[in-house]
Amino acid sequence: MAAVPATRVIRATYFAVFAAFVAFSLSAGPQAQARRVVSIIPATTEMLFAMGAGDRVVAVGSYDRFPPEVEKLPRVGALLDPAVERIIAMRPDLVILYGTQSELRTQLDRAQISYYPYVHRGLADITETIRSLGARVGVAPQANALAERIERQLADIRSRVAKSPRPKTLLVFGREPGTLRNIDASGGLGFLHDMLETAGGADVMGDVKQQSVVMTTELVLARAPEMIIELRYARGDNADDADLREWNALPAVPAVRNRRVYMLHGEEFVVPGPRVAAATERFARLLHPEAFK
Amino acid sequence: MRRRLIATIALFGALTFVCCLLAPIVGSTPISLSRVFSRTIPFADNVDAQVFFVARLPRVIAAALVGSGLAVAGVVFQALLRNPLASPDTLGVSAGATLGAMIAITFHVDIGLMGITSVPLASFVGSAGALGIVYLLAAARRRGTSSTVLLLAGIALSAFLGALLRLIQLVADFTDTLRNVRWMMGSLDVASYAPIVAALVPMAFAFVVAGALPRVLDLISMGAEAAESRGVDVRRAERIALLSASLSTGAAVSLGGPIPFVGIVVPHIVRLLVGADHRLVLPASALFGASFVIICDLVARTAFGPVELPVGTVTAIIGGPFFLWLLFRRLA
Repeated sequence: MAAVPATRVIRATYFAVFAAFVAFSLSAGPQAQARRVVSIIPATTEMLFAMGAGDRVVAVGSYDRFPPEVEKLPRVGALLDPAVERIIAMRPDLVILYGTQSELRTQLDRAQISYYPYVHRGLADITETIRSLGARVGVAPQANALAERIERQLADIRSRVAKSPRPKTLLVFGREPGTLRNIDASGGLGFLHDMLETAGGADVMGDVKQQSVVMTTELVLARAPEMIIELRYARGDNADDADLREWNALPAVPAVRNRRVYMLHGEEFVVPGPRVAAATERFARLLHPEAFK
Repeated sequence: MRRRLIATIALFGALTFVCCLLAPIVGSTPISLSRVFSRTIPFADNVDAQVFFVARLPRVIAAALVGSGLAVAGVVFQALLRNPLASPDTLGVSAGATLGAMIAITFHVDIGLMGITSVPLASFVGSAGALGIVYLLAAARRRGTSSTVLLLAGIALSAFLGALLRLIQLVADFTDTLRNVRWMMGSLDVASYAPIVAALVPMAFAFVVAGALPRVLDLISMGAEAAESRGVDVRRAERIALLSASLSTGAAVSLGGPIPFVGIVVPHIVRLLVGADHRLVLPASALFGASFVIICDLVARTAFGPVELPVGTVTAIIGGPFFLWLLFRRLA
């Protein structure tokens, strides 16, 4: 075997390094600045608008409602029914999808479209997602500022309620209308649970390590919450305090006896996005009105 | 025969009685019976009494009603269609009830009638709609049309309603989809007596009618011609049986959701135990169905406390192996 001249080796190395640099810049190019973003998740759509990248969003998911600007944008499906063709037709350079949407990821890989897999976790992960999403889209400074603002607001709420006693609270986010059947309550995992604890409440189902727990009337009686907060977030849900009267069937529950059963309206309670601090404050004001005087 | 009937009813009745007596005492929360019935503690402050009277007792009664309603409907459908695989779901009544409930949940229908809330009400209306279609089909049957036609019509109707159901699931909001799925798994935590009273009306009618049916069902299950040669007006009898079994199904499903397995297997278990005579099978199925669902619900609410299992999964998990064991024992 003939010896390879040293100059050829050096030239080849230079070429390889240059090629790698070009390839890296090409692949990193669209990552550094996403200009056409498709976000099919309400939380990330809200984050993009809040970090000032709303003008880059070209299409949103079926369930996106906020901010009002999204009403004008095309819809391209959601978690269960992403419309791949419509997504590709939007010519996006970044698609924000759920981490579990493996089929959509494969299809986007084939179409050579970059994506950002979103994972839905607890309250602390929201600002984490804002930071990494901002870096990915190319608006890191604004995203970091937004994340810091939210963290500051949450820390402020935490310190305001720190010295108050923590009422045992049942956080209900769904039940069959007109009855106490099929009550969905927050368990000891997820951002709703974290929001409640941040707002100075003790989650009465906190020991059950699930995001949602199906409550029975027996369980409500056994856990004896001192406060019940019912969340309503569907559009056109006109329920008011009169719809809380069903709880009167359980007068032994301290929350019912002491008339501490409340209803809060707002879709921000089910979107783990930038409105989370405001939503947490609404919990805190209900749980500890004295801390906000 | 009379003695066998009395013995059967006494035996199955005793089982149901024991279940009804014990089930409200057992649960994930320990309660003291002396506190439950204490006269010194006002009801509003008595947690044990509320667990017993508000949470558990309506639940046990609902389980008994749903169990006996589905089991009786199963017996009638199996005899009527001369098919051992027939069940309360076969003719689409159950699918109709489910469709009604899904519509009420997905579109947030806000109706109520005498303490009955929108979901069970819409569910019962749905079952009545499906029943209407099946009934028209049955009424249009000519002499000599086999029960296979009715069976096929039921399967087609179920498939059609099932397709509508999926369509609704598709437009439903995310949380509503979750609620729909939850409803379909069945739940007996009815939390008040109003839905029980409401379901009791059509069920009582169905049970009274079923009480008059055993001889006719015996003859029909042997074949329509054999029945007619014994002087039975088969078409009329079939229509009455169909109406009562469907009413019972509709009421049961609207009360507890489409709890699977009970309607198809309880009649078979009972037949393995008491034979094929409908005079025994009907009351025994009603009582055994009630006990079976009470026991399954007890397991559902205590096995993994404080979190509950959907009662529908328990009926299949307990019922399947039990039925297989009975079959093997009989074959051996």
